Amino acid sequence: MALPIYATTGQRIWHYFYMAFCIFVLFFLVAPLVAVIPLSFTATPFLNFTPEMLSLDPDAFSVRWYKSLFGMCGDVEDVASTMCHNKWMTGAGRSLYYALISTVLATFLGTLAALGLSSEHMPAKRPIMALMISPLIVPLIITAAGMAFFFAKVNLSNTDAGIILAYTILGMPFVVITVTSTLVGFDRSLMRAGANLGGTPAYNFFKIQMPLIAPGMISGALFAFITAFDEIVIILFIGGPDQHTLPRQMWSGIRQEISPTILSAATILVLFSVVLLTTLELLRRRSERLRGITPH
Amino acid sequence: MSAAPETVSGPLITADGIPLKESLQKSLRRSKIRAALLVAPPLLFLIFLFVIPIGNMLTRSVDDKLINQVLPNTFEAFESWDKVSEPDESMFEAIYQDLKAADKTDIGKASVRMNYAKPGWRSLIKRTARRIKKMEPPYKEAFLKADDRWTDNEYWLSLGIMKDKRTLGYYLNAVDRTYDFDKNVIHVDEERKVYNLLWWRTIQVSIIVTLACLLLAYPVAYLLATLPMRIANLLMICVLMPFWTSLLVRIVAWMIMLQQNGVVNDTLVAAGILSDENRLAMMYNFNGTVIVMTQILLPFMILPIFSVMKTIPPSYMKAAQNLGATPTLAFIRVYMPQTIPGIGAGCILVFIVAIGYYITPELVGGKDGRLIGNMVAYHMQRSLNWGLAAAMGTILLIVILIFYWIYDKIIGIDNMKMG
Repeated sequence: MALPIYATTGQRIWHYFYMAFCIFVLFFLVAPLVAVIPLSFTATPFLNFTPEMLSLDPDAFSVRWYKSLFGMCGDVEDVASTMCHNKWMTGAGRSLYYALISTVLATFLGTLAALGLSSEHMPAKRPIMALMISPLIVPLIITAAGMAFFFAKVNLSNTDAGIILAYTILGMPFVVITVTSTLVGFDRSLMRAGANLGGTPAYNFFKIQMPLIAPGMISGALFAFITAFDEIVIILFIGGPDQHTLPRQMWSGIRQEISPTILSAATILVLFSVVLLTTLELLRRRSERLRGITPH
Repeated sequence: MSAAPETVSGPLITADGIPLKESLQKSLRRSKIRAALLVAPPLLFLIFLFVIPIGNMLTRSVDDKLINQVLPNTFEAFESWDKVSEPDESMFEAIYQDLKAADKTDIGKASVRMNYAKPGWRSLIKRTARRIKKMEPPYKEAFLKADDRWTDNEYWLSLGIMKDKRTLGYYLNAVDRTYDFDKNVIHVDEERKVYNLLWWRTIQVSIIVTLACLLLAYPVAYLLATLPMRIANLLMICVLMPFWTSLLVRIVAWMIMLQQNGVVNDTLVAAGILSDENRLAMMYNFNGTVIVMTQILLPFMILPIFSVMKTIPPSYMKAAQNLGATPTLAFIRVYMPQTIPGIGAGCILVFIVAIGYYITPELVGGKDGRLIGNMVAYHMQRSLNWGLAAAMGTILLIVILIFYWIYDKIIGIDNMKMG
């Protein structure tokens, strides 16, 4: 993208304009998330930057909202004390529980589907693939409405099992997509070679195919996990008061009394997503290395 | 093939004496069955918990069975009525029999349904049903004593709308139309028109967001595709990070940016562009929905365009310029046409996701930033008009499935990439 030395003035102006535009867009993408972090250390119960904070006065910063988030209520007064029966922590625990179990189920089922759909002999491949991906495409509000009626009929509404099943449905398409794409470059003669050497199909799968599709499985699982961990629409429709997840706590926080506690939670979630993103990037590189596609 | 034929004539035989053709067919069948068996559990899981529930919900949009089950005699009597004269004793007796026999909650549900056909039915039925046990013939008199609205022929006439087990009434309501008592389609009163406006706004927001995403994404995707890998990967994090951050966190972040005392307004005031009194209203309105949705959906546009641009060899542009094209001409005539698949994929993806949005407009949209998804949620949870919610959901779903089908035809779902 470097500008050649022989560029005309017009080209130069255009180039700098273009660069500025790109920087603006990247800024637009990231700025709101970055702004959350310093604001979560505010000492006031308000959601805006005070002049003291901008002049970096140490007294304008505090960790009181983190204390209230983690339920250390002792030295936190006023607004925060309403948050003290700590729904944030129990909510995070719930979310983690639903996300973990549904991820395991989604990864298992999604991998099965991807293995079947990648076989060259699979009948009706295209429509089935379209169907398997459709939970990503159908608006959540419609999925949620459908499940709300259906789960009420089969006594699954307001149960943990119902929510886990619903989240498994949402997570499965990601696993199908990522595992299918790692199977694209898979050399089937490896499996035949394994069979020739006397391996049972199961043994061959775990020894040969599984390590190769593992990066796809893991990145699909990460997508499924984050989807379930963040999910808000379905839980509002099929969850009862006992299914109080972290997003639900944030939802009621946003709608009722918005306090900086929500910002401290948001900061932790932003950092969490950075960790996940890094993991995914490392996995992608590993997968490319394993499949012999070296990055330049 | 490993099995060598023993004779020149006759079919090829495998080592265990079966003709080769048969043996191959058998193994083909076996691998087909194996593939199908692998797909079966997830597929059945999906059908039971996703396809059937949604299908089930969609049938609610045309379902009018309940009322016919609750008031069978009434509808029979209604059929033999001349629709002009005052209802006679036989009709009152019919509705008396029905109300007496029916379950209390069923009557409640039916009366809610009847209220959609003619407002007032619900209270009328409720009041009458309370006295039904003590009633004695002649029923007409007893009914009139319970509530004098029973003489109003409009209530009786409105039964005509509900007499069939299937109705398109909810679909008509979803587009601001309704049935009159003769089952002709008419417009609803001017002050009750809300849905057409909402449909129009939903399409408007989706198109604006799609175009805004395209405008912002194209230059960035080009930059990412042409920069050296190392720097591009670093910038890619900026694109992917919002993608990976919780939706609610992003909305909270935008609230901080866009509110009256938010970062954007503060910055503009501090820079002297705005005066303190004229702070922009960027949230809880149409603008809020558009701005926040654009940021949330931008990665869906950048990633497909980027992955198409990655495959275009830079030598094409150089060749065009060698042949005498200016850089601009080369870009427009040579480069851009090759990125159309990416543009198409991104636009369809963003449009489909945008059109069904619910959470974002609910939290930052205020009154005039609400979309059809919010209406579906409202009728599901608040007004409990499930038939109407289902009808709106069905229309939305059909629109989305059409675009999904186009996406599959043009780009192919198996080309959908993540991250």
